[in-house]
Amino acid sequence: MKTFKGGIHLDSHKEQTAGKPIRVAREPKTVVIHLSQGGSPCQPLVKAGDSVRIGQKIGDSDKLISSPVHSSVSGKVTAIDNAPHPNGFDSPAVYIESDGSNESAGPIQNISVREAGIVGMGGGSFPTHVKLSPPKEKKIDTVILNGAECEPYITCDHALMLEEPISIMNGLTYIMKSVGANRGLIGIEDNKRDAAAKLTPYLSMGIHITLLQTKYPEGGEKQLIYALLKREVPAGGLPMDVGCIVSNVGTAHAIAVSQRTGMPLTERVITVTGAVKNPSNLRVKVGTRIGDLINDCGGFSGTPKKIILGGPMMGITQSALDTPVAKCTTCVLVLDEKNVSLYEEQSCIRCCRCVDACPVQLAPNFLADYAQNEMYQKAIDIGAMDCIECGICSYICPTRRELVHWIKLAKAKKAKK
Amino acid sequence: MSTFSVTHAPHIKAKEDSALIMKYTVIALLPAAIAGIYLFGLNSLIMIAGSIIAAILAEYLMLFMRGKRAIAADIWSSIITGLLLSMIVSPATPWWMAVIGSVFAISIVKHAFGGLGFNIFNPALAARAFMLASWPVIMTTWPRPIDAVTGATHLALVKTRVLEMSLWNMPDHINTYWQLFIGNRAGCLGETTAIALLLGAIFLLAKGVIDFRIPCGFILTVAVISALFGSDPIFQVLAGGLILGAFFMATDPVTKPIGRTGRWIFGIGCGAITMAIRFLGGYPEGVCYAILIMNGFTPMIDRYVIDRVYGHLPAGRQGKR
Repeated sequence: MKTFKGGIHLDSHKEQTAGKPIRVAREPKTVVIHLSQGGSPCQPLVKAGDSVRIGQKIGDSDKLISSPVHSSVSGKVTAIDNAPHPNGFDSPAVYIESDGSNESAGPIQNISVREAGIVGMGGGSFPTHVKLSPPKEKKIDTVILNGAECEPYITCDHALMLEEPISIMNGLTYIMKSVGANRGLIGIEDNKRDAAAKLTPYLSMGIHITLLQTKYPEGGEKQLIYALLKREVPAGGLPMDVGCIVSNVGTAHAIAVSQRTGMPLTERVITVTGAVKNPSNLRVKVGTRIGDLINDCGGFSGTPKKIILGGPMMGITQSALDTPVAKCTTCVLVLDEKNVSLYEEQSCIRCCRCVDACPVQLAPNFLADYAQNEMYQKAIDIGAMDCIECGICSYICPTRRELVHWIKLAKAKKAKK
Repeated sequence: MSTFSVTHAPHIKAKEDSALIMKYTVIALLPAAIAGIYLFGLNSLIMIAGSIIAAILAEYLMLFMRGKRAIAADIWSSIITGLLLSMIVSPATPWWMAVIGSVFAISIVKHAFGGLGFNIFNPALAARAFMLASWPVIMTTWPRPIDAVTGATHLALVKTRVLEMSLWNMPDHINTYWQLFIGNRAGCLGETTAIALLLGAIFLLAKGVIDFRIPCGFILTVAVISALFGSDPIFQVLAGGLILGAFFMATDPVTKPIGRTGRWIFGIGCGAITMAIRFLGGYPEGVCYAILIMNGFTPMIDRYVIDRVYGHLPAGRQGKR
């Protein structure tokens, strides 16, 4: 079974939603669409009082690395104001009150990936049209679709692979054509063999499905490339430096759908799980608030303690329920009291568990030591910038040190300089 | 108003904390300790108990003096130190000597350097070295199992040329191996029964508490060097404290290097120094000093031997497809 060096096996917790059909979420009354959803923030193209329709472009930017945003409902713009962003900060967003009619702005002929507003839907949120236009000197020979979905709890990609195999294949073919690659690989963890079986009938020339060992972080870009091709992305480099493009299955699906319908990306599949009464895979309009989604799933079960957008390893906690979901939101995870504990950091006993588990072979305990003592340059010298922030070191540390947090601090201090 | 806690990722933690890892280590040591009590009698039990109790009390006292609160990991760590110390001294050692050794291990070797996680030398081994220097006669008096008649250890017999170095030429060498394997020999309280130690070692390896690199490097180096210099590798591995040292002492998390390559170097270094002492030194056995010397090299290994990080390929292979 193919895999990478390091990593750990996590309890998957996926059984709550695995195999559940994708359900269309209840129509939101208000959507809050962030202007910053991939690359540089967009400038609003509408103002309060304007009426908008589904698929209408409401924000765009002239920056190279940026992706436009579109309305996901028809209705009236009520305000353009700051709103809590899934990344934990407040940023400008367009508030739209839905009129419930869902009137479409109509399809666009020969819609491009940029105009469709497609970004990396596995959580990266990087504008896909930029990824699909590598510089000429970088020859791409392989397109990798990431269907690993290695974070616990999340099943949105799994559900998509089960229900939309044709779209995913079409999306992969589209990406391969646009970068001129003649090989396509779909990496799927071996706990999702049913998804692999669903995709298999639609395989075409040059496309292969590879089962990967179920291990975290198998779906990390660099880890996936190593597992499938035994190539190492050079430090500070990008997958295209080793001839690869890595894309999420959700992104491939979004490309195929926009090509088929001529409509931009305005909805996605999100797993709502954890301490909710009816955990589900929902087809959600971008900009729906997480409170609406949790109500849609029957409300909380037990006392909610943490609301996380993303998975438990890399997700970001939300302080309130009015955060809207973005194009790259994969999961709304509610953890109750039983699953949330606070620990006191103890001193390192040098057990090396973090060193052995680190998927990029760093020494997280030393990096954290340096960061804690404000020796940021030292931390950079022994590889802080190579950290992929997967969180394994903090997870596994028996002395409960928040290792990845300290490493992130060193990286942030370096960036400030 | 918000009742949700906001923290940084990750939001889940592994179940195994440091106290649990230390409990595993104690469990892994129990078979050998019980075998030692069976072989060497009740005095051993008193010594083990005295050593552990002294270690715990010393730990509390030191933490109190340093103004720190005792956590579970501190106490379990001192239990391991006390237990290990009693297992690496002669079964003839009086209990009060083990108590003094334990207090030395905890207060001087561990807490003087900053407590759990900061000591440079393995506390139990350093305390053994201290006891060997303080009471050289008692520390090298070896009662034989069951009958308790004092005699020499097998390694001492080799050293004084009573036993042939190349054991494999002797007619009953298989029987000698077997006696060493089941612990029917003179030696330290916990080091004699190879089979009990290996049971514990397998448990620790399976639980991921120890890493194979150090014991492998250590034992293979001893075997290779003894074969190269005309001694019997199986005898050299089984006699003395190598199994105990390689699996339970050299793998002490705090005093070993953290990198993968570093751990190989550490293990191989331990093996080489052990054999140098056995063949060339004044003592018949060298495991204890070998590990202590390599403990001293650990900070240097950590500094200069850094594992290759993903994406940092050597110049020639950079960008290779």
